Amino acid sequence: MDLGSTLFYKYQRFIKVLKIYLLLAGPGLIVMLADNDAGGITTYTVTGAKYGYGLIWFLLLLLPVAYVVQEMTVRLGAVTKRGHAEAIFDAFGSFWGWFSFLDLALVNWLTLVTEFIGMTAALAIFGINPLITVVIVSIVMMLMVLQGKYWTWEKIAMLFAALNIVYIPAAFLVHPSVGQVLSVGLIPHFPGGFNGTLFFFLMANIGTTIAPWMIFFQQSAVVDKGMKEKDIPWGQVDTLIGSAFTVLVAIFLVVVTGTVLYGSEVESAAQAASVMMATNPWLGTFIAIGLFNAGFLGAICISLASSWAFGEVFGWAHSLNMKIREAPWFYICYLLALVTAGSVVLIPNAPLVLITLFVQVIAVTLLPAALVFLILLLNNEEIMGKYRNTTWQNIAGATIVIAIIILSTLYGITTLFPELIG
Amino acid sequence: MVTIESILGIRIGGIIRGWADKIHEINKKYEKPRITMSRGVRLALLFLRLYLILLVLLLGYKFWTLL
Repeated sequence: MDLGSTLFYKYQRFIKVLKIYLLLAGPGLIVMLADNDAGGITTYTVTGAKYGYGLIWFLLLLLPVAYVVQEMTVRLGAVTKRGHAEAIFDAFGSFWGWFSFLDLALVNWLTLVTEFIGMTAALAIFGINPLITVVIVSIVMMLMVLQGKYWTWEKIAMLFAALNIVYIPAAFLVHPSVGQVLSVGLIPHFPGGFNGTLFFFLMANIGTTIAPWMIFFQQSAVVDKGMKEKDIPWGQVDTLIGSAFTVLVAIFLVVVTGTVLYGSEVESAAQAASVMMATNPWLGTFIAIGLFNAGFLGAICISLASSWAFGEVFGWAHSLNMKIREAPWFYICYLLALVTAGSVVLIPNAPLVLITLFVQVIAVTLLPAALVFLILLLNNEEIMGKYRNTTWQNIAGATIVIAIIILSTLYGITTLFPELIG
Repeated sequence: MVTIESILGIRIGGIIRGWADKIHEINKKYEKPRITMSRGVRLALLFLRLYLILLVLLLGYKFWTLL
């Protein structure tokens, strides 16, 4: 075969592989980019403003962490055809089932409130009234699910997920010194020495990387998409690409705020966007749109994770492939979550900061349980068959799970008792 | 006989009874854990119980000191 034929053959093969991937891609990419939700964007913004490029190396470490945990949900969903809530009930009985389910419902609802806080704050920069934001967002989110096809919902969600990479062009607008980004950012060190504040930031960055809703969402999405055992490798590639993107977006955002806001006291992404708007309107606009999109993406995934979990536990029909009349409770749960969480943001003088802190603490009560159940389920031969964890997967999974449990617990405790870190 | 319907009215009482029956049905369905309770699983579940008790105590302490 000559060179031209070989190249053409490889090109055709590549196109075929790409087409299959695009068919099966979705849950991994969406969950990972939604991981950079309003809370995540705020954490990265403040990290960049506080430590410049100094913690980029740490963000890179979060790629394998996110991948190892989320990859397990792909296998579990594809093999058992059950969401995580139902899998916990079935494997560990009703006590742990109810605990996980009720905790998830509470954490998700509180997190949904924080997504609305992010969205309303982002659009307020453009002078848009929070009421209008909440109403329009809720309508758009309802329309997304009411069209009656998982596939369509997924592709629309992927479009919003693609908007999440708005921070990459934003980084080019600030003209960072590439040499400095590489020399400061990629060499592991603790800027200003290891102290309580730095530790809190490290924990916050880990806390935003793995959240309980992500485990429940991806597993349910894999099931609703109808992925089978043979699709697991594609789901793994999807999750890996998603993990790479989530870290890339975080790094580029840190580069933006590390270049423009380094050394300034910034408390939120919305505040950062307002400050940037005054000096560079394009940049401020990018950051504000990114924050809104992050909140939106997080909200669509979190509200769906809750609705799927309700359906799984109560035995209601729960699929995006069903119409309202076929799965009324599924859509009622979804609508109720949106309306109630959105309404909280509109209450004058609502304790929004307290809610944001409370999310971190409550999430800590669920995350270890969800992770431990994941490892136990993935090790059960009766449930997983030949797809159970290998020794190396267990070593990687257990190490990461133990590290996340320790760090997220310390994060929750220091949120409760800030005086501990001085 | 005092029933939930006689206290809350037929409509609301019926809804609450329906939910209670559903929860009872779920508890019955998942009464027995499917996973084999090996030593590792028992240890993991024990750890989770202790962990949750610790967190609840910490939360309780925080609210106690806030009041």
